[in-house]
Amino acid sequence: MANKTILEVQNLTKFFNTPGGQLHAVDGVSFKIEEGKTLGIVGESGCGKSTTGRTILKLLEPTGGKILFDGQDITGYSRKQMRPLRQEMQMVFQDPFSSLDPRQTVMQLISEPIIEHKLLKSKAEIEARTLELMETVGLAERYVNTYPHELDGGRRQRIGIARALAVRPKLIVCDEPVSALDVSIQAQILNLLKKLQKDLGLTYIFITHDLSVVKYFSDDIAVMYLGQMVEKAPSDILFQNPIHPYTKALLSAIPLPIVGGDKPKRQLIKGEITSPVNLPDECRFMKRCDCVQECCKNGNPQLREVEPNHFVACSCV
Amino acid sequence: MIRYILKRLIMLIPVILVTSFLIFWAMSLTGGDPALMLAGDNAKPEQIEEIREELGLNDPFIVRYGNYMKGMLTGDMGQSYVTKRDVFKTFMERLPNTLMLGGAAVFIAVVVSIPLGIYTAIHQNTWKDTAGMIFALFGNSMPNFWLGLMLIIIFSLKLGLFPTGGKGGLDSLVLPAVTVGFGLAALITRTTRSSMLDVLRQDYMTTARAKGCSEKQVITVHGLKNALIPIITAIGLQMSLVITGSVLAETVFSWPGIGRLVYDSISKRDTPMVTGSIIMCSILMCIINLVVDLIYAFFDPRIKAQYSKKG
Repeated sequence: MANKTILEVQNLTKFFNTPGGQLHAVDGVSFKIEEGKTLGIVGESGCGKSTTGRTILKLLEPTGGKILFDGQDITGYSRKQMRPLRQEMQMVFQDPFSSLDPRQTVMQLISEPIIEHKLLKSKAEIEARTLELMETVGLAERYVNTYPHELDGGRRQRIGIARALAVRPKLIVCDEPVSALDVSIQAQILNLLKKLQKDLGLTYIFITHDLSVVKYFSDDIAVMYLGQMVEKAPSDILFQNPIHPYTKALLSAIPLPIVGGDKPKRQLIKGEITSPVNLPDECRFMKRCDCVQECCKNGNPQLREVEPNHFVACSCV
Repeated sequence: MIRYILKRLIMLIPVILVTSFLIFWAMSLTGGDPALMLAGDNAKPEQIEEIREELGLNDPFIVRYGNYMKGMLTGDMGQSYVTKRDVFKTFMERLPNTLMLGGAAVFIAVVVSIPLGIYTAIHQNTWKDTAGMIFALFGNSMPNFWLGLMLIIIFSLKLGLFPTGGKGGLDSLVLPAVTVGFGLAALITRTTRSSMLDVLRQDYMTTARAKGCSEKQVITVHGLKNALIPIITAIGLQMSLVITGSVLAETVFSWPGIGRLVYDSISKRDTPMVTGSIIMCSILMCIINLVVDLIYAFFDPRIKAQYSKKG
């Protein structure tokens, strides 16, 4: 039986006005996530993956498209209308150093959403819940009155996660939650997120530029390039059979633990990312692609299903 | 924390030594013989010499400075040449007036400028922002004494709402406090605005919104609290300026404060009064700076931790 769709995004766009023209940060992105699943969004810096995450949570106003959360169309919701929904959808931010208010103690940081949403009334209950959350994310109780600057990156990210969990959300957007951390701590945080998903039935949108992280983590993976999805497939299919040239290049860039001659040749991407301002109507990856054909100039390719559940946006396939 | 305060208070000693030396030296360089002035026009040379001897004016500079400092240790800063009254006492009599004017001015400035600064920051680059900034520019560039005179003309002479000057009841405080406060408000508004603009762009503001905090909560709790340090600095700086430097406003409104005292003493060549007042002002300034530093610690846990570490 198919699970319930918790979030559906239809043709989402987010443009920014810049002096040079409109910057197409997110340009017609569509996807669905089922409850309890993880969608990984990967892509290089500036491809619009973080903007997608923030727009879904309405931290940025979408320019066009539709966001359906649990069946409700929240696209036009005002900040005030969004407030009750913040209980359902939360975000873990990329930078645990700048995303925590430096004037608040760990207790205040974690308990604020509980107080704001009036989830618990008495002070004792709020404190108990905060300590429980700290335990859930693996923060020792002794840190309860410390300030973020006294803690290391991993512990701060745990605060960010505890804070997101405080309101018992259904959906959490993780915006590169581990990219600012040491590799050893990355693994700890990923395991924690995985465990929380299993225990609490969370749905994740996992934004990252690190393919080895999403492979471990996601049920589905969407690859973004210049504000658009170029390939979308279940995790194992994408890794076994990448079709879009950009995906292939990304996959070949994953460091492999192989020494010596057996090492497969890397497929490097030439050139620089095309400017996302005033895009021409042609394949956006064309200028860096190895297998350009005549058809690539005829319009920007849209996602097509090439095999079950495997979508690719490439004119040559 | 207490050790930090003590350390800062001990550091006052070299400050007092250096400033008093500089002021004493500067005053001794200014021309004019106090003895001549004190003796009057018809005095005989012997009388003048007698006064000089009595005041110790014939001693070398270093000896005079030493004697002065010895007196200061016991709280004796000499006598005014003009009124023959104790300098320290006179200063202390005037101090409450200045503190009252300064306090009222800073209060008015803070009440107006912090909300205005936040408002302009939230509406950056709109006409609301521009209007606020024009107001601030106006306050910044308007000479104090001119604004004071205008207020007197409008509110005292035309409308008869407030007295023109002097120190009476609370109503006599209004115009001078508004005059001084207006100039202060300008700088505090600009500081609040730029500090808020900086904070509004921080990631933790997005975090606060994602948490579901109300916009008011986001701006005041997460925004203002983080933006406060530069604002407190600006207020503290202004506070010390008001106490030592509202000479013009005090003169225009004949407000019996310290600024007025120094101004009068200079024009009457009352050397001990000037020297004493300026030394006292510099001590006051140091104390205000210390208080500002301690307020930092109250608002920012990171600074507090530093103070405790330094001990």
